[in-house]
Amino acid sequence: MKPVHYLYSFSGILAREFQRSIQQRTRFVSALVRPLLWLAVFAAGFRSALEGVVVPPHATPVDYEIYITPGLVGIVVLFNSMQSSLSMVYDREMGSMRVLLTSPMPRSWLLICKLIASALVSLVPVYGFLLVARLFDVLPPVQGYLAALPAIVLTAVMLGALGLILASVIEQLENFAGVMNFVVFPLFFLSSALYPLTAMRDASEWIYWACLLNPFTHAVELIRHTLWLDFSPPAFGVTMTATLVLILTAVICFDPAKKMIGRPR
Amino acid sequence: MPSNGKLALLGPNGAGKTTLFSLLTCLLRPSAGSISIFGHDVTTSPGAALAQLGVVFQQPTLDLDLSLSQNLAYHGAIQGLSPREVRSRSQQELERFGLWQRRHEPVRKLNAGHRRRVEIARALLHQPRLLLLDEATTGLDLASRVSLHDHIRSLVRERGLSVLWTTHLPEELEPDEQVVLLQSGTIQGQGQLSQLVAAAGAEDARALLLSLSSQASPS
Repeated sequence: MKPVHYLYSFSGILAREFQRSIQQRTRFVSALVRPLLWLAVFAAGFRSALEGVVVPPHATPVDYEIYITPGLVGIVVLFNSMQSSLSMVYDREMGSMRVLLTSPMPRSWLLICKLIASALVSLVPVYGFLLVARLFDVLPPVQGYLAALPAIVLTAVMLGALGLILASVIEQLENFAGVMNFVVFPLFFLSSALYPLTAMRDASEWIYWACLLNPFTHAVELIRHTLWLDFSPPAFGVTMTATLVLILTAVICFDPAKKMIGRPR
Repeated sequence: MPSNGKLALLGPNGAGKTTLFSLLTCLLRPSAGSISIFGHDVTTSPGAALAQLGVVFQQPTLDLDLSLSQNLAYHGAIQGLSPREVRSRSQQELERFGLWQRRHEPVRKLNAGHRRRVEIARALLHQPRLLLLDEATTGLDLASRVSLHDHIRSLVRERGLSVLWTTHLPEELEPDEQVVLLQSGTIQGQGQLSQLVAAAGAEDARALLLSLSSQASPS
């Protein structure tokens, strides 16, 4: 196989992910509505939560809507990644995963292509949300949208790899509901998506440490900084390391035979 | 198996037909022995081995919401074909199966027989030398089954393709069909079906399969 064949396979996987996302328009709408509800309802109630508090990268106190927006970008990506891994479990159960696995391309390459393609698809609802968030006076600098792009893609790949690991571990489609309770909600709530880490520390030391150890916290911080044209090396370092570790684990964990061999007729 | 020919694996459920296909397609690793496809070992060079194979699985594997051409384009891409190659070969294969006019329709709109044809067209897109058909006629009515087999025979004739196919339906087999009899993972016989039937002292292929099934699960 020559490098150009790898490129063709990536473009094919990317095209399929986009075609499927177009078919699943309700998924796009719900991906957009969920963070908007948080922004319009939840954030409105907590508008004064950060009164007088300066949260980096901002030099002065900001409205809660502005604070929470990167966290909500994170939740769009998080849900999209989980949805994508759910579809992998579905593909595996339905058998269509076999088509991918009987390709002559290395499986690790195909899995990485799928992660990146899924990450790129999640950009559509993310930027849709950021655009609507402008109506709520969340007005980052225009260049910030571009600067945040690699951070959002990195976050999406990291969470996609986590989803891939879950898809490898989960035996049945029905068990995926548990992921919401045991993975998505803890990742989201035990992070700096809703409250600054300083506020978490004031509330409870162990919650603070849980948030600090959560890679999603650092991904959200990376998005927050880049969206406002700043860069946080620690946030980047942790997110990048977590991404690489999770990709490696996902590739190692992935068992092509799982649930596809010896199924009853 | 002989090149440029058709070989059927006949055996009851649980004989090991699908397991053998999973080994050939690298979904399972052999625990002992080796498998070579046109000189490429599936364990040491799986990519080269898989490139020789076109596979139609027992379970339907098309994306129902995508169109025929989108399904073929996806398959072509992950086989490493360029978009131009995918376009020309999709046209060639879909025309062969009489489905070119319906290329923009979602697969969901096709009946079961036509879906199977699309799966075969897809399996042939990268011009494999060996086509694997795992119970490809499951769920099809008699007319669709006959039509599918006619297509496969013409492929063998015109392209010099080798076809390895599995079935647990003896009525699908012609008397002169080359057959491997499988039972509980072992080969019970190999040769022309009529000769195997005669050697076993069975009345016909159905009786032969029934005797294999009863040996596999004595009760």
